[in-house]
This record gives sequence, C-alpha cells and structure tokens, in this order.
Amino acid sequence: MSNIVVDKSKVPWWVSNVIVPLVNLTLALLVSGLFVFIAGENPIEAVKLIIYGSFGYIQGFAYTLYYTTNFIFTGLAFAVAFHCRLFNIGGEGQAYIGGLGVFLVAINLSFLPVPIVWLLAIFGAFLFGAAWAYIPAYLQSKRGSHVVITTIMFNFIASSLMIFLLVDVIRDTNQMAPHTVKLPEEIWLPSFEAFSGILGIKIRYSPLNLTFLLAIASLFFVWFLVWKTKWGYEMRAVGHNTQAAIYAGISPHKNIIIAMCISGGLAGLLGVNEILGVSHKIQAGFPAGYGFTGIAVALMGRNHPIGILPAAFLFGILYQGGSEVTFEMPNITRYMFVAVQGLIILFSGALENLFRPQIESFFVRRLNREVNA
Amino acid sequence: MVSPILELTDINKSFGHVQANKNINLKINKGTIHGIIGENGAGKSTLMSIVFGLYQANSGSIKINGKEINLSSPRDSIINGIGMVHQHFMLVENFTVLENIILGFEGETVFGEKLQKAKEDLEKLCKTYNFNIDLDATISDLSVGFRQRVEILKSLYRGAEILILDEPTGVLTPQEVDELFKILRSLKDEGKTIVLITHKLIEIMDLTCEVSVMRQGEMVGHTKTEDTSKEQLAEMMVGRSVLLRVDKKEIKKGETIFKVNNLSVKDDLDVTRVKDVNLEICSGEILGIAGVTGNGQTELLEALSGIRKVESGSIELFGEKISDQNNFLNPRMLKEKGLAHVPEDRQRMGLISDFKAHENLIFGYHDQEPYSKSAILNNKEITEYSNKVMQEYDVRPNSPNLITSNFSGGNQQKIILSRELNENPKVLLVGQPTRGVDIGAIEFIHQRLIDMRDKGAAILLASVELDEILSLSDRIIVMFDGKIVGEKENKNVTDRELGLLMAGVA
Repeated sequence: MSNIVVDKSKVPWWVSNVIVPLVNLTLALLVSGLFVFIAGENPIEAVKLIIYGSFGYIQGFAYTLYYTTNFIFTGLAFAVAFHCRLFNIGGEGQAYIGGLGVFLVAINLSFLPVPIVWLLAIFGAFLFGAAWAYIPAYLQSKRGSHVVITTIMFNFIASSLMIFLLVDVIRDTNQMAPHTVKLPEEIWLPSFEAFSGILGIKIRYSPLNLTFLLAIASLFFVWFLVWKTKWGYEMRAVGHNTQAAIYAGISPHKNIIIAMCISGGLAGLLGVNEILGVSHKIQAGFPAGYGFTGIAVALMGRNHPIGILPAAFLFGILYQGGSEVTFEMPNITRYMFVAVQGLIILFSGALENLFRPQIESFFVRRLNREVNA
Repeated sequence: MVSPILELTDINKSFGHVQANKNINLKINKGTIHGIIGENGAGKSTLMSIVFGLYQANSGSIKINGKEINLSSPRDSIINGIGMVHQHFMLVENFTVLENIILGFEGETVFGEKLQKAKEDLEKLCKTYNFNIDLDATISDLSVGFRQRVEILKSLYRGAEILILDEPTGVLTPQEVDELFKILRSLKDEGKTIVLITHKLIEIMDLTCEVSVMRQGEMVGHTKTEDTSKEQLAEMMVGRSVLLRVDKKEIKKGETIFKVNNLSVKDDLDVTRVKDVNLEICSGEILGIAGVTGNGQTELLEALSGIRKVESGSIELFGEKISDQNNFLNPRMLKEKGLAHVPEDRQRMGLISDFKAHENLIFGYHDQEPYSKSAILNNKEITEYSNKVMQEYDVRPNSPNLITSNFSGGNQQKIILSRELNENPKVLLVGQPTRGVDIGAIEFIHQRLIDMRDKGAAILLASVELDEILSLSDRIIVMFDGKIVGEKENKNVTDRELGLLMAGVA
C-alpha cells in the first residue's frame, strides 16, 4: 500500500479547492461518457447537445439558471447545517413545507402592496422551512435522536402532510388534481421574459425569475453568517469540537437549533422560486428531488458559497442539457442523467480522497522544484 | 570492545517537507540500557518507529549484529528480535493477558496444545523477570502499570532481544515507575538490550548506561551516563542552559477567594468520581493537586469551571455561590466573573484544531468587545490582538492564519495560555499545563504561572508530574479515588511521601 504523507500547510489552496474537484468531475464525466457509448450513442455528440441545450440559445440558458437557483438554495441549506456537523438530508421536506409558507402568506396577504407581499412570502417560506427543521433539531439536541434519521423521516411526513392538504384542505375545488388555485397574477415575481423584452430579446417563456437574485443574495448571506459573525463562529465550533464548545461556554443545544433552522429556512426558499416565480400554485411533489441533489451540490462545492455557486450551475447545466439529450437521443433516458448525477456524487463525494494525496504531493513537489531552481 | 547489537547509519526520514531525522548515526551495545532523550518533536519516536518497521527511512542502513537488514513492517522487526512498547498500549481490553500476548501468533485454529505450551512458556518468563502477572486476568481489570508489563511480556514472548520503550513512565505512579525500573534492570542482567525514549532527565540518570541526545531531528551527542549530568544533558537538548527549578518569591497570601464545600461530582457514566471534596484557595497562592490520572482530578476541574454539573455540595467564588446541585453558572458567566480555565486536554477541549490560530485565540471571548460587536466579528481587531499575544508568548510560527493543528503541542499550549491569562483572571484553574510540551516551553509556562500568582491570582494546578507540583505549588493536596487523601504545605515534602499518598497506601 502506498502511503503518501502530504504536509497540508504546503498545499496551495487552489490545488485542493480547484484542481482536485475538477479532476474528480472529469473522471465522473468520462465514466458517464462510457455509459453513453454503451447505450449506443456518441458521447461527443452528447456533450455537444448538453452544451447547446444549456448555453446555445437564450431560453435554454434561462432554464439552466432557473435550475441553478433551486440548487443554490438546497446546496446552501445542506452546507449551513454541515458547518455544525449536522447531516441535514431533509432539504426536500423543508422545501415542500417552505412552499406551503409562501403560498399561505401570498394568498392571504395579497391585498398588501406587492413588494411587501414578496418580502412577507419570502419570510413565510423561510419560517415554514425552519419550523420543519426545528423538530429534528430539537430531537437531536435534547434527545440525541440522530438528525439523519429524523430528517429523512420528516421528508416522508412532509410529503404525506402536503398530499393530505392538497387533496382535502387547500385543493382548487374546481378540479380534481392535487394542486391549489393560482395566486393572483399581480403578485407573481417578474420572470425573465419581462426583462428580456427590455433587453430587446424576445422569448416565449422561461421559468427564470427574480428569485435568482435572492439566491445570489443567499450566497452572500451564508458566507457572512458562517465566517463573519459570532453565530457562525459558534456553529463551527460546536461542529468541529463539541467538548471544546462547552468548555468555552457555547451551548451546543442552541447552536444545533440555530444551524438547523437556518438550513431549513434556506431549503424553504426553494418554494419562493417554484411557487411565487414559476407555477404560482402548490403542486404535489414540486420539490422534485432538488433537496437531495442539493447535498451533492454542497459536497462538490466543499460547503463554501464560492464552491456552491459553480456546483449549482454545473447541476443546472446537467439538468437542462440532459433534457436536451434525452429529447434528441432516443437511447438515452432521463434515468441516464440520474446515473450521471450519481457518478458525480460518487466521485466528488464518496471518492473525494481517491486522488487527493497523489495530486497534492505532485503539486507540492512541482512547486518546490520551482522554488529551488 | 563490545560489538553493537543495533547500528544505524545515516538515517534520513522526512514527512512532506519536515525532516524528522537527519543523518542519524547510532550504535547500541548489547546488554545495555540506552537512553534516547530529546524535546517533543526532536525525532526520537520517528527514529524508533523506523527501527520497529512502522516507517521506512528515506535513506540509510540498519544493521543488527553486524548484518544489514531491511525492515518494511513491524513483522520484520519482530522476526529480527526487536520489540516495542508504545506510549499508548495496543491491547484488546476485553481479552485476557494470555489472549493478548498470543494474538497473531496463535499457531493453531482450535486452541489446545499450543495454547497450553504458550502458557507454560509465559509462566516461566514471568518467573524469570518477576512480572507477577496473572495470565488469565482480563486487561480491563488491570492497572496501567500492569498493562505495560503485559506489553513488555508480549515483546519478550515474541523473542525480542532489543526492547524499545517509548515514554514508558508518563502514566505511572512513582511506585509503579520503581517497579518498572526493577524489571528493566533484570532484563538487562539477562542480556537483553533496552532502548528508552524519554524526555525526563531523572529517568536517564537513574537507569541508563549510555545516552544519546536528539535535537530537531539530529543526533547531537552520545555519552556514557556516568560521565554526564542532568544540567549538561538539558543543555544539549535545548541548545542552551535551562533553569530546572523555578525561582519563586516568598508567598504573599491574600484572603480566600475560591471555596469548595463537600463537593461530589459524577462522570458521564453516572459514577461518582469526586467524593466530598473541601478546599480553599487564597489569592496569591498556587494550590497543587497531585494524583495519578483518573482519580477525579478531571471531573473536579470540570465541575469547578462550570462544565460539569455538581452532584452535591457547592462552589463559592468571592463568597458568592456559583454552583450547587440545582444550578450552575456556565463557563462564559464564570469568565466574566474572572475565572479562567486551562483545560487538561488541549486537543479535546482547549482548542479547535481545525480552526485558525486567531480563531482559537479568541475562543470563549469571541463575543466580547473588541473582538466582536453586535454579533459581527471584527477581523482587524482580532488579527492585531493575535499578532500581539503571539509575539508576547513567543508562539512559533508567528502566523495567526495558520490552522492550529499545524502548531506543535507546546505552541498550542501557549495559544491557550495566552488566551486565558490575557484577561488577568482572579482565579485560574490549570490542568496538566505542560503535558507533551518541550522543556523550553515548560520553563516559559511555569514562569507565567508564577507571575500570575505574584500578581495575586488564586491558582489551582492539577498535574500528574510530581516535579511540576513540587516546584510550583505553595500548598499540595493529593487526590486518590475521588477523595482528598492528604494536604501538605510545600516545605520539605518528598516525592516519596506524595507518591505513597497518590497510590492510596498512606
């Protein structure tokens, strides 16, 4: 067995944070290419289609950014909890309940001035998502029930609860499908079409809307919270070393609750994009797996906003470009792209350290030679 | 002329860019006890790990009895007659002594004949060297001293001719140390060769025939023990002369400011670890707690510093009750009242090793001005302050942005100490301040504690190093099995006397 010992302090930041993820990503894509090849299609063509689908025309690009918005929220949600060493895999359920928050606030307060409705709806999304995360957080900190188990159970509970509400309580009674009535049009968030008119481009429809800016703002918010405030400091302290936190008078209980609530709140913001921005009603199952993919986004982005942005964008490209591929290549199904996502998670999450020591020691040696030369 | 049993020539070993061993040459003669002494991080353990086959040298050769050998795993070393007793024992706790010793060398699938044979062989070995071990005892029932004997026995059973002991006395009572030394001497008399790694000069002087001194990865000297002195060795170790005893002014005792009444404390497993303890500390005084690890000192310190709940009894600071069985002030409130705490275990409690140095320098004070204002951390202030204290406490390297785990043990301890002393606490609780810290830093840390005392702080010092207790304390109490079993003014107390108390004999 080779035992490569690398002096971590000598490894430049860009090697561990840029080169290593890129190598892992490349490997995942190479293996994916192999799958495409086995399925009887040309991998190069598939890549071309992905690029065309996600960048080639303005509407496609708008879709890419729309997906990116959702991944930023769920990726950040996972990252915040992870800084307190909590594996919040309940983003899916928190997003679902967050959607309920948006809808309830928007429909009941739609008489208020529009920007205020927006703000309150965003607040509602955050609050409902946070509340849904609060229960597992409480159980973890007071009773020691592991947050991984409880959050995943809470995904199922959220799903059942929402189906119940959508069927029996808040369904649009003029029809049979499990969704609510539409929100009044004047409080919809302006979508990209509206702006594109101003820019002189005409597109038919795009789901991209103002929430994208909220996502960008959330990136800043998380960065500031985690690294620039005493709350973030305390959360990280509890996450890294609970014993030491107690010694310093930092309450693990309080910080577990705070971290989980902020995490759940961020996941809840996905509801803003989906409900206030796109469909304008609650549809059964609208979080559609974004909550889970957010885990991969966070892992790939190394739980840092600067990493989460490109990672979310990458998954946006895969989603949008992937649907282009499945449209054009009959042998490639939607599930192939789930597999591609799986490979990315495998290589950048589970096998994260597969090549790290080799790559790092390679660069350390290289750089050292330059210094000595 | 005796021929060396073990000869190392030009051994080099580096980890990344840290060169742990530079051109080491070492000859160890058969039938001697050879000491290797040096500060923490001097490369002693690395060198011996190479000899034991745990690490491979980058270059250099190893000869046993004049024959060059290649050691690529501990198994090779065992075959070549080298045994090692590590600082942390490698025993399976719920196995018996016998099971532990034959582990990996069972020699049969179903126990029977060979097990019986092993048992007989071991009994013979025990008799020869006076081990006094019950082979059927379960490891978890044995004291630390006995566990160490099991490790030694294990090596001997596997045919060790050369026995390497890495800091063997760190966890032993003085009596256990005496027992160990007796065993080591009898091993020597039977012709075995012993290599003793330590940073304690007394042990070297007591036990060894020859001594080699290491400093910063290099071998800086070899000598016969009888031709040298403690002072000379210490100077070789640090590269300058050091003060072995602390200069201490006459005590200026003030009024009692910290008081503990009938205190009992339970640990996490609900076992009572502190039993009915009473103590008082005055300002300007250092009260030392002597005791073997695990006799309630940890839980006592945790209760006094507001980390652990009190079972019964109470704690008073400036006459105000800060803790009883119903409620207790948390560490942050206590800090505001002027109580600081340097915890026993810096890795587990005192620091967050993944944090940067400057983050650890404000740890526990992070919500106070000027480090943060309305919840926002003030990076400029924190950096300025960090630069200042790191210089003042001579923390090396002097870089506040370095991740704390990259600092050596001594420098990590300085980070904690600077943080806790910076606010000029009225009461200071200190646990094992110099555990795993090199001589240069020990001296520095001791001096700081004395300075605090002279400034009028009340200091409670818990340490398993008797030397430390004896050289710093004004008054000494001894803990055994959770109780205070003795209290002495630190005048003419001998370590013998304290040792008996520590072992629960007196």
